[in-house]
Amino acid sequence: MKAPKTIWRSLVAGAALSVPAAFAADISGAGATFPYPIYSKWAAAYKDKSGIGLNYQSIGSGGGIKQIKAKTVTFGASDKPLEAKELDEAGLTQFPAIVGGVVPVINLKGIHPGDLVLDGPTVADIFLGKVKAWNDPEIKKLNPKLALPSTLVAVVHRSDGSGTSFLFTSYLSQNSPEWKDKVGAATAVDWPTGVGAKGNEGVAAIASQTDGAIGYVEYAYAKQNKMTFTSMVNKDGKILAPSIEAFQAAAANADWAHAPAFYLVLTNQPGAASWPITGASFILVYKKSDDAAAELEALKFYDWAFKNGQKLASDLDYVPLPASVVDLIEASWKANIADASGSPLWK
Amino acid sequence: MNTNAQVAQYASFAEISPAALRRHGAWDAVLRNATRSAALTVLIVLGGVIVALVNGSLPALRHYGLGFLTSTAWNPVTEKFGALPAVYGTVVTSLIAMLIGIPVSLGVAIFITELCPVWLKRPIGTAIELLAGIPSIIYGIWGLFVLAPFLQRDVQPLLISAFAPVPLLSHLFAGPPYGIGVLTAGIILSIMVLPYITSVTRDVFETVPAVLKESAYGLGCTTWEVVRNVVLPYTRVGVIGGIMLGLGRALGETMAVTFVIGNAHKIASSILAPGTTISATIANEFSEAEGDLYTSSLILLGLILFVITFIVLAAARYLLLRLETQAKA
Repeated sequence: MKAPKTIWRSLVAGAALSVPAAFAADISGAGATFPYPIYSKWAAAYKDKSGIGLNYQSIGSGGGIKQIKAKTVTFGASDKPLEAKELDEAGLTQFPAIVGGVVPVINLKGIHPGDLVLDGPTVADIFLGKVKAWNDPEIKKLNPKLALPSTLVAVVHRSDGSGTSFLFTSYLSQNSPEWKDKVGAATAVDWPTGVGAKGNEGVAAIASQTDGAIGYVEYAYAKQNKMTFTSMVNKDGKILAPSIEAFQAAAANADWAHAPAFYLVLTNQPGAASWPITGASFILVYKKSDDAAAELEALKFYDWAFKNGQKLASDLDYVPLPASVVDLIEASWKANIADASGSPLWK
Repeated sequence: MNTNAQVAQYASFAEISPAALRRHGAWDAVLRNATRSAALTVLIVLGGVIVALVNGSLPALRHYGLGFLTSTAWNPVTEKFGALPAVYGTVVTSLIAMLIGIPVSLGVAIFITELCPVWLKRPIGTAIELLAGIPSIIYGIWGLFVLAPFLQRDVQPLLISAFAPVPLLSHLFAGPPYGIGVLTAGIILSIMVLPYITSVTRDVFETVPAVLKESAYGLGCTTWEVVRNVVLPYTRVGVIGGIMLGLGRALGETMAVTFVIGNAHKIASSILAPGTTISATIANEFSEAEGDLYTSSLILLGLILFVITFIVLAAARYLLLRLETQAKA
């Protein structure tokens, strides 16, 4: 009759041990899939340091917005910033957390990454179906030295709603009045031509199988899979290849200080070194949360990530926010987020 | 209601004590209630799904009305939505799947039951069952990375050039060979429905009394004549049931189709062109759908698929009923 007693003892001991863990509840968040790899890497490092974990469900930006509005999570994450009016109606505030870039990828024999130069209007005409072959004068004009084949252009786009598509179509809308008029910018649009593939991996698969294909993927994906990305002409008229530095330049040159509620799409930013299709992924939290303690933990997590997570971000080909932007974000926390008594939550 | 006296009387007939009889009665009641509530659960869940679908699709129904069914628009930016391309894609891919799947499935089933040497029966049967066990995402990935490049390189260019001079078929097989598209989705689906149709038809073929078949052979029938005039008439109800099971799977299949159909909200005359289906559209766009009208339109698509599946099942029931009355007459 000794064994059951031992079991009871160990059960009691186990319950006693688990009590402290119950106090340090995990932070819960849901939303965008694009930043999921870096958020989970940050979360693992943060848990080692603070003992507080992050439960992040990458269900998509639309889902993230719905969940934070339903208050089932402490923060929502979206690749597309919400406009100030929508934020106010829901009592939310937002801040950017990580930056990434979108690159056009092509499949043309003999053309290496960065060889082909494209600009906004040309990419728009290709995706509108107006430029049908690779030796079209519009492409030739930008690439006088390149031997371009007469291969037909096969357009590949994302079939699932995604932040990547939102950035890409925003960029095309800024560069082509016709695109803005006919198609517009959104996470999913009525594509005039081409085939739709699911996820970055789907676009990459079809682009790499189809001669003459052009698609667009996140930079990290293109780099890790050694895809043929193109160079782009940016707003200042400079030709440049995609790189972490080029995305960071776009984030730094953007006018964050004058953007209400950080509503800023980073496409087509000025600056000689700015990659034109850059975007930030945003975090949504309540201005006055029902659970202020949980929200404070979430802010602490992002504060830690902004200050200590740069290396982890660069390792995964994400772009950490410039220090100047981090200062603006934390100033906005002080100004906008209050605890139950109405005094600032972030001190 | 039995009185105690009656119970005692019955018990004495069967030489069972009244207590045992009461116990049996109680157990029967428990079983009856348990199974009845299991059956009711199904009805409640089904009713809940219908209510949720109708409720969710009300905003889109109010906004677009019946025009939703005939509109070919799908523009999330201007919030103009219509179901026709998705319905068209769903029906056409399932049709292609059935065109390829039914003859092959029946062929396999006939071979296994009539012609196959005994030692080969097991391996083929197991292989077919394994085919049913493969998750649909695997079919999708295989379709995208293996089947699509093969079709693009070796099959589609041939189809395009072969049918180019033929008046009507040139439209059906036109356009650049993307590898993915309506035809590829149909082919993948035909492989996926194969195990369902095959295993049902094989099982019903095996119910044909050996006496019937042997008499036919004795009269000098060929194997084909036996299958055509004895096996198929005897089992047609089961065969149609198997086909409907496969069709149901083809109509609702999501992941594999999403990978290979090209996801374009367009109705093209060519079956090589990209298209979309109802379930592929929902799977692609639901998670990132913003705004009530967009979400509601996707739920309305789901409701339409529900209705299509219901019509197919009802048609199958009706067909079976007619066959049965014919057989009796």
